[in-house]
Amino acid sequence: MDGAMILEWVIKSIFLILVMTGGFAYVTLYERKVLARIQVRIGPNRAGPFGVLQPVADGIKLIFKEELVPAKADKLIFTLAPVLTVIPALIITAVVPWGTEVTLFGRTIKLYLADINIAVLYLMAVTSISIYGIALAGWSSNNKYATLGGLRATAQMISYELALGFAMIVPVMMAGSMSLVDIVESQKPVWFVFVQPLAFLIYFIAALAEINRSPFDMPEAEQELTAGYHTEYSGMKFALFFMAEYIKMIAISMIGSSLFLGGYRGPFVDQLPALGPLYLFIKVAIVLFVIIWIRATLPRIRYDRLMQFGWKVLFPLALLNVFVTGVVLILVGG
Amino acid sequence: MLNDWSYVAIFTVISMFLPAAAIAIASFLAPKKPNPIKNSIYECGVETVGATWVQFKVQYYIYTLVFLLFDVEIIFLYPWAVAYNQLPLFAVVEVIIFILILLGGLLYAWRKGALEWV
Repeated sequence: MDGAMILEWVIKSIFLILVMTGGFAYVTLYERKVLARIQVRIGPNRAGPFGVLQPVADGIKLIFKEELVPAKADKLIFTLAPVLTVIPALIITAVVPWGTEVTLFGRTIKLYLADINIAVLYLMAVTSISIYGIALAGWSSNNKYATLGGLRATAQMISYELALGFAMIVPVMMAGSMSLVDIVESQKPVWFVFVQPLAFLIYFIAALAEINRSPFDMPEAEQELTAGYHTEYSGMKFALFFMAEYIKMIAISMIGSSLFLGGYRGPFVDQLPALGPLYLFIKVAIVLFVIIWIRATLPRIRYDRLMQFGWKVLFPLALLNVFVTGVVLILVGG
Repeated sequence: MLNDWSYVAIFTVISMFLPAAAIAIASFLAPKKPNPIKNSIYECGVETVGATWVQFKVQYYIYTLVFLLFDVEIIFLYPWAVAYNQLPLFAVVEVIIFILILLGGLLYAWRKGALEWV
């Protein structure tokens, strides 16, 4: 590993972080626009043409807002919690490939940050860490709504993590590798979503619950918990929670695309590898649209039903799916 | 392969700067005019009664215990899933027995009512 290699990777890391933060800014606008269109409104259209400067305006506003810390809060953890929520959301994207490799300035550059051989396990581990930020945020606020929101979020996320884990085993079994690059490459003949529609559905539902998106947004149910675990947060710290939520949305869309929807693969991608990121972008945009569409359509489900659905429906179904996949792979593969 | 892990490490270190920088910049630019009313706990305008950090529902704890059991199971299944295509039939049957034992655990928790939200 020479100096130029390290420089290349530092540039790639910074680029990926900038893409994710920029992506976050524009996913908020995307969501507001799509929601507005579904509700027969126009949505933000004042800041710049079609409201494209709206995220910039929001960001500047949030930087200049006063940050309140409740008098009895645990100050250190209160400040640390948003940081702890953002970092896992960002580093989960490190193992997702955007393409194979391209030649730029006479150098062959791989279009992924790291191709580690246990990428799927890494995803599981990092998702588990992201629970800490939310639980600590709720607890350290010394606010009853926040504490309840944090507890609910923790219980919900660990319950759906099981189904998520089982759904992610299936592509690993089909590809025979945990590296996301290998998984994407093994979808060359057919995308896994066509072979394993149930696994994709389980992945999608569990991932929605994992990032606390509606209809599973019980931790931040406005009508009963004000804003859940970030009730006491304001200014930039609130923005960091917001950022973590949207970056997680992008991340689960990227991971879902890579595991089931063929990732960067598409027509002519073997001849022209630069098309890879474009295909991934299109797939992520479609998955994000479905997530926003679900938010606009479905009401929130009750908490006891949510937990029962996770444990009694989704989890046994995911287990059964692994079982059936195993048997079918033996019968087909010999 | 070790190299790839060091790239993940570089990425983690760089990604730590983003939230740190955001909080630092905001702490320079944001106004600071605290007063006792602003810093009180927000409860929709009603004054809060009693302590917040009290004992909470034991159900959360039971879910965590059951979760721990099955999370470990998933970790055991991953190596099996990777090597699935090269494994002899014997290993597959073994894992199926392993899953059935844990399924018994799930059924036990289910019948005991540990999965009911009461």
